[in-house]
Amino acid sequence: MAETLAIIFVKCGAILVGLLTGFAYMTWVERKVVARIQVRYGPNRVGPFGLMQPVADGLKLLFKEDIMPAQADRLTYILAPAISLIAALMAFAVITIGPAVNLFGREVTLNLADVNVGVLYVLAMASMGVYGIILGGWSTNNKYSFLGGLRSAAQVISYELSLGLSLVGVLLLTGSLRPLDIVQAQGGYWLGFIPRWFIFLQPVGAALFMICAVADVNRAPFDLPEADTELVAGYHTDYSSIKFALFFMAEYINMITMSALTVTLFFGGWQGPLLPPALWFSLKVLVFLFCFVWLRATLPRLRYDRLMGLGWKVLLPLALANVFVTALAVVLKEMYF
Amino acid sequence: MELALFLSVGAIAILGAVGVVTLRNAVHSALSLITNMVALAVLFLMLNAQFVAIVQIIVYAGAVMVLFLFVIMLLGEKAQESRERLPGQRVFAIALGALLLAEIIYVAQPNLLPGLPGKATTDMVAQGGNVQLVGRLLLSDYVFPFELTSVLLLVAIVGAVVLAKRKL
Repeated sequence: MAETLAIIFVKCGAILVGLLTGFAYMTWVERKVVARIQVRYGPNRVGPFGLMQPVADGLKLLFKEDIMPAQADRLTYILAPAISLIAALMAFAVITIGPAVNLFGREVTLNLADVNVGVLYVLAMASMGVYGIILGGWSTNNKYSFLGGLRSAAQVISYELSLGLSLVGVLLLTGSLRPLDIVQAQGGYWLGFIPRWFIFLQPVGAALFMICAVADVNRAPFDLPEADTELVAGYHTDYSSIKFALFFMAEYINMITMSALTVTLFFGGWQGPLLPPALWFSLKVLVFLFCFVWLRATLPRLRYDRLMGLGWKVLLPLALANVFVTALAVVLKEMYF
Repeated sequence: MELALFLSVGAIAILGAVGVVTLRNAVHSALSLITNMVALAVLFLMLNAQFVAIVQIIVYAGAVMVLFLFVIMLLGEKAQESRERLPGQRVFAIALGALLLAEIIYVAQPNLLPGLPGKATTDMVAQGGNVQLVGRLLLSDYVFPFELTSVLLLVAIVGAVVLAKRKL
């Protein structure tokens, strides 16, 4: 019992340290990559290649004055950033970064919780995280923040449906919701060299999932809740100091979780030749994190009505069609092969 | 351990439920309702019903409450302050509430609901998986209520469209 508890604590610590370091260096990567795309240098003053920039930024944010608007709803104002970050951190609990390993004579699974409903759990936590944004927008009593919060509510309702439906295809193919089973179902190769990743069986599902994932973490081109050209900074306009940093952390950690989920569902998880599994997993996640940054640097923001139109009139019907075709294929295969 | 967890989660659920009706601000009431629903999800989790717990969070605490909050915020504070009262509302509310409480107390007697385990035992869940078992039961034993619910939802959708687009 004590040993199991100790293992859980160590895993929690590892996830916390990993995600927060990931967040810190993701801000550096984003600034560097966006700078390169815009033919600039990006941060290069603090440490070699600006590598100490996240540390400097973190310290600066910690020591800034924490200003609360006079008309703010105090309790919700303080709760909102915490809800965002807690939901973001909790979502990572079921992400499995590798097969069980043998450490000091014990089987240790490389995830915090191995639950039967794994993938759904991530979606549940994502839908909890939205409350941080909605309440943050409402509690500051600022009309720009408020509009950001409202937009976030509408956006999440529209895109979470398609997000959930887009992964039903993968679930039908594996018959399980556990990340471990899903990755193991993608082992091996076709014709000896094409990896049996679900992206090849579920191209529509994968595309839908990635589009909705970008919308779900409020990143450009779907960053309507922030929309700095029209809403100042959207829901976090009136947040300063560490509370602002918590919102920022939540967004980046959600990016990491969504990338990890994409890798698990469609790109074979930790499977790959030569390199150790956890390294493969991290490399694949990095590719998708780069894509998030790439998208932000390349695409203009969608207009709000276009965003809603895309969600309800394009993505949702496509997702439903994908579920139908996949289910039909699974049944036909069982009947005739 | 389990008792302590049950008591604390139950207390949170009850506090949330009381908060819904006592708090002045409608947004705060909605927040209490979310607290209550998440606490219920934890209770489901303690009963080994992982799938129901997650669905409770995604559907109720997630989607439904986001819509609630959306509407409350959109209407703003003015709509909250207008307190329309039906004639004799308070008397009716107390009478019906007392009736409901009496019913709950009556039904909760041990000899009426003996707490017999249902068809799906813990072994079956461990063997076939939580989601798989729920799915199989929904599409075999409970297929009629299940389909009936979808018809009900369809009616609700049609009703919403008719209300929203009167001049179609």
